[in-house]
Amino acid sequence: MSDPRDAGMIGRRTDGKIVHRPLSPHLQAYDMMQMTSFTSIAHRMAGCAWAAGTLLLAWWLMAAATSDVAFARVQWFMSSFLGILVLFGLTLAAWYHTLAGLRHLVWDAGYGFDIPTVYKTGRAVLIGTIVLTVLTWLFAIAFWG
Amino acid sequence: MATETSPRAMRTPLGRVRGLGSAKSGTHHWWMQRVTSIALLPLTIWFVISMIGLAGAGYLETLLWIGKPVNAVLMISLIALTFHHMAAGLQIVIEDYVRNEAQRIVALLLVKGGCALLALACTFAVLRIAFAI
Repeated sequence: MSDPRDAGMIGRRTDGKIVHRPLSPHLQAYDMMQMTSFTSIAHRMAGCAWAAGTLLLAWWLMAAATSDVAFARVQWFMSSFLGILVLFGLTLAAWYHTLAGLRHLVWDAGYGFDIPTVYKTGRAVLIGTIVLTVLTWLFAIAFWG
Repeated sequence: MATETSPRAMRTPLGRVRGLGSAKSGTHHWWMQRVTSIALLPLTIWFVISMIGLAGAGYLETLLWIGKPVNAVLMISLIALTFHHMAAGLQIVIEDYVRNEAQRIVALLLVKGGCALLALACTFAVLRIAFAI
């Protein structure tokens, strides 16, 4: 166990016996700056962020269905500094999960598995996320006025 | 070799696994996650564009937008698929990271129940607005 990479090889059989074998990437064992592992865990984290964001969607819709006072409270939060920050983060997560999800669908269809292509599509997803997030907010701010 | 003449070696792989229990839903969970993701692709893009258009809109303007038949139907589709996809995704995350079985079952039930409640709340809100206008 002198090599830190061994941390990614310790597994347990169903009877509890410790065995030496490769495992799925996990945070302690892998270099998260690799394109492959970073885009993978980020996809999961973006999905979880979007899941938390559905609470805002539910609050917005329920408030709109309740009264103008309830709706004003949502609008106050959404236009506060914290609200804008949360909405910006959700936009980022939504675009990332959408583009990375598209990449997963292409993989599911059996294409793009070789390392150069994986790095190329990974970069495209990251750049696309930033471009679409910035565009979304530029348009939103333009409409706000 | 002795094993090659044993009755076990004569059996087909299918014959060996038959009667050992069902494969349950097989790839259904995985497949539904892909199906909902494909459907969510255009719906989410429509939703983001719509929210850009609604930025800074007042109460009445928002109600009128939600209440439009096309928007109400697309919103309910988005809600149903989002919470289906979300429950499926969170289920995988929980199954991957929660090792204690009791904790895993409780977490799964809470997530499934929460997703169902949120989906109902969102759908009810859209319908109430749509029918009131």
